[in-house]
Amino acid sequence: MVPEATFTSYYGRAIVKPSPWEADIPTYLFAGGVAAGSSLIAAGADLTGRPILRRSGRLAAIAALTVSMVALVHDLGRPERFLNMLRVAKATSPMSVGTWILSSYGPFAGAVAATEVVSMLPSRLRVGPLRLARLVDRPAGLLAALLAPPVAAYTAVLLSDTATPSWHAAYRELPFVFVGSAAAASAGLGLVAAPVHETGPVRRLALGGAVLELVMEHRMERTMGITAEPLHQGTAGRLMRAAKVLTAAGGAASLFAGRSRTAAVVSGVALLAGSACTRFGVFEAGQESAKDPKYTVVPQRERLERGEPVRFRERSGSPAPSPTDPVTGDRSGDHRPAADT
Amino acid sequence: MAGERSFFGPVDPAADAGYDEDHPKRKGFFTDTSICIGCKACEVACKEWNDVPATHFDMLGSSYDNSFSLNANQWRHVAFIEQAKPMGEQESGLRRQAVALGMPTMGPPGSVPPEPGEDDAVDRPDFRWLMSSDVCKHCTHAACLDVCPTGSLFRTEFGTVVVQDDICNGCGYCVPACPYGVIERRKGPEGAKNVGIAQKCTLCYDRLGAGSTPACAQACPTQSIQFGDVEELRERANARVEQLHEAGIMDARLYGNDPEDGVGGTGAFFLLLDEPEVYGFPPDPVVTTKDLPHMYKRAGAAALTLLAGAALAFVGGRR
Repeated sequence: MVPEATFTSYYGRAIVKPSPWEADIPTYLFAGGVAAGSSLIAAGADLTGRPILRRSGRLAAIAALTVSMVALVHDLGRPERFLNMLRVAKATSPMSVGTWILSSYGPFAGAVAATEVVSMLPSRLRVGPLRLARLVDRPAGLLAALLAPPVAAYTAVLLSDTATPSWHAAYRELPFVFVGSAAAASAGLGLVAAPVHETGPVRRLALGGAVLELVMEHRMERTMGITAEPLHQGTAGRLMRAAKVLTAAGGAASLFAGRSRTAAVVSGVALLAGSACTRFGVFEAGQESAKDPKYTVVPQRERLERGEPVRFRERSGSPAPSPTDPVTGDRSGDHRPAADT
Repeated sequence: MAGERSFFGPVDPAADAGYDEDHPKRKGFFTDTSICIGCKACEVACKEWNDVPATHFDMLGSSYDNSFSLNANQWRHVAFIEQAKPMGEQESGLRRQAVALGMPTMGPPGSVPPEPGEDDAVDRPDFRWLMSSDVCKHCTHAACLDVCPTGSLFRTEFGTVVVQDDICNGCGYCVPACPYGVIERRKGPEGAKNVGIAQKCTLCYDRLGAGSTPACAQACPTQSIQFGDVEELRERANARVEQLHEAGIMDARLYGNDPEDGVGGTGAFFLLLDEPEVYGFPPDPVVTTKDLPHMYKRAGAAALTLLAGAALAFVGGRR
């Protein structure tokens, strides 16, 4: 165990503020992942002639996307102003980037779900413009699939691009955890929805996603230092433990999902639940890390004690801090290597 | 506009945001906490001028601080810290020799009451009272502004950072982005204006436009809050630290004045008498978007991994 860190704070009060987000956001993280993965699976199923897997993937994608959009709008402080998201396109804001990713992906996911529904109609009702659906079908599905991976990956940047200690410190591995989680969850849904003879690819995707999520989550915890603590404590800790057990069990069960329909359903449900637990766990851990000044102060204080405050360097290369004004107080003497003055 | 330094390093924030060369000089605050008397005139003046509603007022048991923190309804916040330390050579008053009044005295059983005129205060602690008026830092590289998806938060011609109330949709992203925990979505009170919208200090943008001093600085009776051109304030601050060091107050140090720090220096900076975290400041804050290019690269790699993984799952072997 790491010894209890000592640090100073102002009456134990938080320094950074936790996000005002509630269950909407982790719900969206989960549903967005399911939508993205399902679009990929649907396109693959379409190209390889797996009609039931294709149908379930397309319908799951639009359902999950709808849940996502409702959650995102509901989470706003002023939901009636949600269209203001489209006023600007701003690369420095992962939320703006995400808005545009969703705005590009959404219409194709919607179109291909619509053509799927049209194909389900009895042929005598497929009249007039509805007959065009067949032309749109595959191109729309492929475009949705191409735009889907960013939908699954950007949400990690959304969380990491904050001062919330346990989210920011995870920025290197979190995108991989999230795409692994998205693959496992959507493949899990495919395992539940499609008959065994169509699920070969989703069994492989389920196993791959589960392994990627577990491996990258493990590595993430090891690189986060003290900010990994909230991932092991309280509600977040319980969720993360449940996520690991469910994802590992779901991944293992997927190995038998080719022989037994029961194993396929068990695996699929476990993977979906595991993915949801991962999203809620990571979300909750970040919120807790923001509420405790320890996770803000200790890593920063350690940098200073090492004499490595974050400072801008012109074309960095030299590790020595730039000379600073000698009158900036004892900090310069205590924590920085002496500047040659 | 999106130059290499847009995320990090010393820049003129207004020029970086695209204002012409003839934009006004960068404005800011130098808050000299060594002369703050904790009167909270700044808190009151700010609330009055900016029509900031009152919500959070509890007896918190944290010295004279009953306003808790900077938040949506608290754009200036005075911190009070009581410490068992002397303030330089300053006389705390606690060590003063007792004056014999000839009154009967009493103590615990067996104790000897001090003789009149004897110094009974040698065991009493040193004491100093730190007070500091906190405010939005108006960072050179402002994470809140960077992450705002609607363009509601913007850089003014004075180099400050302001929320446009009529555009913000309350997404709340700026709240966890701020490394100082300043900005917040207004939760209440019921019926107050701008509920659901991100709120923080505007450095009195309306007053600046009219050539006036921000309300808090105007109200400060000791000039602990000094308003002016950031460039000039930095010089003034350096001189003040030097003066305090000469006076034997070696604790004095500046916070936020270094244009090469993690946020490119702040427009509102401070003279502190202890480590930043004692006042509730982060000791080495960094703008989160400094790492954003790296984050996008990692996410891009993850997205490609997912695409390749899905493709492989369908191509590899037919079962």
